[in-house]
Amino acid sequence: MKKLLAFIKKEFYHVFRDKRTLLILFGLPVVQIILFGFALSSEVKNIGIALQDNAHDVQSEQITAKIQSSSYFNVEKPVLNYPDIEQRFKEGRIKCAVIFPSGFGSDLYRAGGAKIQIIADASDPNTATIVTNYLTSIINRYQQELNPDRQLSYQIVPELRQLYNEEQNGSLNFIPGVIALIFMIVSTALTSVSVVREKELGTMEILLVSPLRPIMVLIAKAIPYLILSLINFTIILLLSVFLLDVEIRGSLLLLFTESILFIITCLSLGLLISNITNSQQTAMLISMMGLMLPTLLLTGFMFPIENMPKVFQVISYILPSKYYYSIIKAVMLKGLGFSYVWKETLILAGMAVVLLSIALNKFKTRLS
Amino acid sequence: MNVLRFILQKEFRQIFRDKTILAMMFAMPIIQLIILPLAADFEVKNINVAYVDHDHGNYSRQLINKVASSGYFKIIGSPQSYPDGLKMIERGDADLVLEIPPNFERDLVREGKQKLNISVDAINGTKSALGGGYLAQVIADFNANLDVNIKSSRANLAIPRASIGVSSTNWYNPRAEYKYYMVPGILVLLLTLIGGFITALNIVREKEIGTIEQINVTPIKKWEFILGKLIPFWIVGMIVFTLGLTVMYVVYGIFPQGSLGTLYLFAAVYLIALLGLGLLISTFADTQLQAMFIAYFFMMVFMLMSGFFTSTDSMPGWAKIIANFTPVTHFITVVRLIVLKGSGLSEVKTELFYLIGFAVVLNGLAIWNYRKTN
Repeated sequence: MKKLLAFIKKEFYHVFRDKRTLLILFGLPVVQIILFGFALSSEVKNIGIALQDNAHDVQSEQITAKIQSSSYFNVEKPVLNYPDIEQRFKEGRIKCAVIFPSGFGSDLYRAGGAKIQIIADASDPNTATIVTNYLTSIINRYQQELNPDRQLSYQIVPELRQLYNEEQNGSLNFIPGVIALIFMIVSTALTSVSVVREKELGTMEILLVSPLRPIMVLIAKAIPYLILSLINFTIILLLSVFLLDVEIRGSLLLLFTESILFIITCLSLGLLISNITNSQQTAMLISMMGLMLPTLLLTGFMFPIENMPKVFQVISYILPSKYYYSIIKAVMLKGLGFSYVWKETLILAGMAVVLLSIALNKFKTRLS
Repeated sequence: MNVLRFILQKEFRQIFRDKTILAMMFAMPIIQLIILPLAADFEVKNINVAYVDHDHGNYSRQLINKVASSGYFKIIGSPQSYPDGLKMIERGDADLVLEIPPNFERDLVREGKQKLNISVDAINGTKSALGGGYLAQVIADFNANLDVNIKSSRANLAIPRASIGVSSTNWYNPRAEYKYYMVPGILVLLLTLIGGFITALNIVREKEIGTIEQINVTPIKKWEFILGKLIPFWIVGMIVFTLGLTVMYVVYGIFPQGSLGTLYLFAAVYLIALLGLGLLISTFADTQLQAMFIAYFFMMVFMLMSGFFTSTDSMPGWAKIIANFTPVTHFITVVRLIVLKGSGLSEVKTELFYLIGFAVVLNGLAIWNYRKTN
């Protein structure tokens, strides 16, 4: 036990010596939370739009005024013809154009009705759909204003209730994702270099001749990062509560227990990578480049997993972050208890055990 | 010039010696480019709906059929009560519970108005907004039909009515497929990862292993050293870019609408800027771990701010400024413009100036900050 303690102390020295890495370690979550909380939003606002008004009558100008007053749009100076519109699209200055044909107002009460053409830049499909919907609803509302006596007489009124998130706080969705990402980096990437670094620097030999058993070496390597990750987790929780007004509904104890379990899983993965690679460069490329994008994409906080092809849904099942993401969402945001997340917990625990035993198995007690 | 040739020779040998790194540099981006766009689909479909029908009437059945056949929703169950429905949301099986009150049909005909309760899991903002929106559309449609059915006999067609027909066209991507948006973006990100990480690691590796001392005692000049590091990785980057474009065409059938020359011009300048950043990072860092983390930090911020995930238009002012100081933002914009819309050089020249600016500043700083002596 005393030997192990001495060893853990040594690992702590390693960690604290490297001030720059530490700075980034604690700076990264803060920056991410701020960016996600304040800079990024899935809302569509300030969309560049250009109008081509061939009619210049009362009605077309009324609609123009309505579009101008909407916060969704940022009306650029008017265009004159198709090539003009195309030019603006190609410069990337507008995402959408609206064309009023000549005689718009006088066509309104004629048989065929008046026509408006909307051209959306569908190279960004979601924005195109949202913009088209906004514009259509603005125009429809205007049409209804013109026909006040034509209200529908039978109506089903939907009453929408937003569960768990009445204030429509956009931060709620990404915070579990950010937490999962941070652990993935701190725990997996940092430990993945820990063993291989000693190999590269030649200090591995000294480790191997020490009386510590391999399992102790691995545990000693993991503990400092476990503690760092927990500090990071606490910082993120504090930031989300005090900066982003996220309410933690579930039990903190359960939240921390599950997080420790997930961190251990990540640490085991890192140790495994570290034991099978021969250079820090390879280890980092695997743990950062290889894991970063899949974690980002397949965890479920950016893109809905159920939309993906079957293969990815299967792949997403082997990512520990997926389970952690659903656990933390259930516990932190919905306030559910252990009975709802025992299955995910069991899977994570299983993963941790398997990864750790493979890592131990691959730990070479001899040089080359 | 001779010196530079020798440095280049050494660098290439080093690159080709390590087969793992070599495979990683070429295979990983290509594999990810093939795989990731399939996963990165923002389109919301398959919203899981559970309905609680207290009425069991004709209308409620019609309404549910209409919801089910709209294409956006998947009916996953009909729990007996609202608490049961809520449980399905808690377990994550359902995204939305639709509750039809008792005597729905009777009251609708009698009073002309009836309420429907919709409860939606609002943690995922996009999904809940779109789901609620789609459902409102379906109900509005249903309303209109009801109106026609119930009072079609006494429709008052005498009053002229203003009508506006809206026709919408999707340019550049008529079927609004997500891959056109994502694939060019992912190509840029992968190029960024390769360019930024590999160079950052390279010099630091020499520092850590100690071989940098040997270079420092030779008469190699600073710019020769930096150039010697830059050129090989620039070539690697251009090859990766070419492979990426090939994958984009072969796998996804996307061929750049604009000129390839313009695209390559931008890629060349962008890579120089990026490699400059990698070199700058490596002059600051002492260990590979540090270099990796600093690079990671920048990559993360770049990725989030670049408009890859969310449009830069909807960011607040200060965030737009940060986005503007991010090389990735400009390159993603340009690649999307050239590949999807066929923009020419004259339409995107501002972005070129930005990228040239980044290239000059970053590489200048890297040369200035590289010290041959400690």
